[in-house]
Amino acid sequence: MPTRDIEITNATGLHARPAAKFVEIASRFRSQVAVRKNDQRVNGKSVWDMLTLDAAAGTVLHLEVEGEDAEECLAQLTELLRDPDHERAGA
Amino acid sequence: MEIRKGIPVSPGLAIAPAIVLDSEQFRIPRRSIEAEEVEGELGRFRQAVQGAQGEIHALKERVARDVGRELGAIFDVQDALMTDKHLHEEVRELVEREHYAAEYAVSTVLKAYARKFLKLPNRYMAERVADVYDIEKRLLRHLIGAKRETLGRLTEPVIVVAHDLTPSQTASLDRSKIFAFATDGGGRTSHTAIVARAMSIPAVVGLQTITADVSGGDTVVVDGNRGLVIINPDEETVSRFRETERQFRRMEESLGNLKDLPAVTQDGHEVALWGNIEFPHEVEACLTRGASGIGLYRTEFLYLDREEDPTEEDHYQAYAEAIEALDGRPITIRTCDLGADKFTHLSGEYDERNPFLGFRSIRFSLQHIGLFKTQLRAVLRASVLGPTRIMFPLVTNLKELRQAKMILADVREDLEEEGVPFDRDLAVGIMVEVPSAALMARNFARECNFFSIGTNDLVQYTLAVDRSNEQVAGMFTAGHPAVLRLIREVVQAAYEANIQVAVCGEMAGEPMYTVLLLGLGVHALSVSPATLLEVKKIIRSVTMDQAQEVTDKILSFDSDREVNAFLSELTRRLLPEMVI
Repeated sequence: MPTRDIEITNATGLHARPAAKFVEIASRFRSQVAVRKNDQRVNGKSVWDMLTLDAAAGTVLHLEVEGEDAEECLAQLTELLRDPDHERAGA
Repeated sequence: MEIRKGIPVSPGLAIAPAIVLDSEQFRIPRRSIEAEEVEGELGRFRQAVQGAQGEIHALKERVARDVGRELGAIFDVQDALMTDKHLHEEVRELVEREHYAAEYAVSTVLKAYARKFLKLPNRYMAERVADVYDIEKRLLRHLIGAKRETLGRLTEPVIVVAHDLTPSQTASLDRSKIFAFATDGGGRTSHTAIVARAMSIPAVVGLQTITADVSGGDTVVVDGNRGLVIINPDEETVSRFRETERQFRRMEESLGNLKDLPAVTQDGHEVALWGNIEFPHEVEACLTRGASGIGLYRTEFLYLDREEDPTEEDHYQAYAEAIEALDGRPITIRTCDLGADKFTHLSGEYDERNPFLGFRSIRFSLQHIGLFKTQLRAVLRASVLGPTRIMFPLVTNLKELRQAKMILADVREDLEEEGVPFDRDLAVGIMVEVPSAALMARNFARECNFFSIGTNDLVQYTLAVDRSNEQVAGMFTAGHPAVLRLIREVVQAAYEANIQVAVCGEMAGEPMYTVLLLGLGVHALSVSPATLLEVKKIIRSVTMDQAQEVTDKILSFDSDREVNAFLSELTRRLLPEMVI
C-alpha cells in the first residue's frame, strides 16, 4: 500500500478550502484514502473528518492509499498538500 | 454521564428530558419513525440536501457576481460539507438502524461534529462551528420548515437548553412545563437569570458549549444551587439527586410557614420586604410568598417583544393590573431601562462600542421625550389606583434628575389641564447604581423622595467587571469593600435627609447579605420572589444590635474574600436548612 508523510507548510494550515479540495480529488479515485495525524485516523474522502484533523502549519500528515489507482491518487494528493493555497504557483 | 460547570443563577434542582433550541431558537423534536418509513425518511433527507444545495449555489452566484469570484468560492466549502458522502452515510445509519426521523438524525450527526470542532485547539477550526450551525439551519428548514415547534406548545416537562434566551422568549414560556434552563451564554445578571429567578425556575448559564453537549431527549439534571448540569446521569446520581430534591422541598415547606409573618427582627425592627417584577402577573407570586409590596417594576419588558412602541394605553393597562393586584400595597415603577443588554427595535438602531457605558436607560429616555412622556402619563394616571412611586434608573448627575423631574412636571400640567386625575403626592426617586450618584448622594437626597440602590450596575461600574463575560464574572461580587462603602454612603445620606433607602439589586435577594444590609440601616429590600422567604427568615432571626455588630466587623475587612467567607459562615448558622 502506497503511503507518504507530508508536512503542512502553509501558514494557515489545512483549512476548510484545501480540505474540501483534498476530498474532491480523493473522491475521483476508486482507492480508499486514510489520513493519520498522530493517533487520529480519518477517512480522506470526508470533508467533515478532514476538518477534525485540525492540521495547523507544521503538522505532519501520514497518507495511506489503497486500491488499483493508489499511486496516481497519492501523487495528486501530495501535490495539493505541498502547496494547498497555490502560494508557490507564481500567482 | 457528563458533568458541566456553569454559573448558578437561579436556585433549585430539576431533572427532565432536554429540549435543545437551535440557533433560531426552535426546538428539534426527538422523533422516531416506523420501519416502513425509513425509505421515505431518507428521501426527505435527500430532498432537503438538494434544496439546501440549491440555496448555496444561488448565494454563491450572487456573491460571485456582486463581490467577486474569490468570495463566491467561500461557499464551495459549505457545498462540499453539505454533499459529503460520509455525512450522508452517518445520517442514513441513524435513520435505518435507530429509526430516527431525518431532522433528528441530521441534528444528532451535526451536533457531534460541532462538539469535535469545539474541542480543537486551533481557533480557526472552532470557527467552523458556525458553518455547522448554518448547514444545520438550512437542512432543518427544509426538513421541518414551518412545522417547527416553538416553546409555547409543550406537553411534557422539559429542561430548556439554548444559546441564550431573550426576554421576549422567556416571557412566553409555559412555566408549568419548563423545569429548568441551561444556556451557553449569560452571566449572573443576564436576562435568562433574572427571569428564571422571577419564575422560580432553576437555571445555570455561561456553560459555553451546552447546546452542543446535549442532544434533544437526553436526560439532564440542572443543579441551580451549585451551577452543575449533568447529562445522562447514572442511577446513583439520579437517586442522590432525588434525595437533595426532597431536602430542598422540605426547606421550601418549612419556610412556607413564614409567609404571613411580618419581616421584623427579634427586637421588633420592621423592614419592608418587597418583590421585584417584570410583568404584572408576577405580583401574585410575590404576594403568595409574603411580599408586602413591589419595590421594583422593570417596565422595559413592555417595550421588548413587539414591533412598535407600546402606547399609553399599553402602559396604563399593565400598571393598572399590577396596582390592582397589590390591593393597597405600595409599588415602585421604574421608568424604562433600555439599551446596554436590552434592546427594542428603536434602541437597537444605535451601534455602540461600549453599550454599558453608552446610550441607555434615563439617557435614552431624556433623548426620546415623546416615548418618555407616554410612560410618565400612564404612571401618573395609574397612580390613583393605589400607592405608587416613580423611579428613574441610571441617574449619573443632578442635571438628569432635574430634567426628568421637569418633564414629569410638564406631564402633570397636561393632565391637570385635561382634568385627568393623578396622585399629586406621587413620590419621585432614583436608582443609585452609578458610583457618581452614590458619591453625590447627599446632593441627590435634597432633590428626590427616596433612593433605591441597584447593586447589579453599582457593582459592575465600581469594580469595572462586565457581568456577562464568563472570563471575569467571578470578580463580580457585591461583597467588595468598595461597594459596601458606597452603599454605606448612600444610606447615611438618606438618613441625613430623612428619606427612605431601599436595595433592589440582586444583592438584596441573596440571603447571605441580608444581615449586612440590615446593619447598614437599609429601610427596604426588594427581591425576586424566589428568595423572599429565605431573606425573611434571616431578618426574623437576628436583632438590630447583632446586625450592626456584624456590619462593623464586615466594614473592617479589606477584601471581598474575607467579607464573603464571613457572611457564608453566618448564613449557614442562621439558615441551616438552606441547601448550598
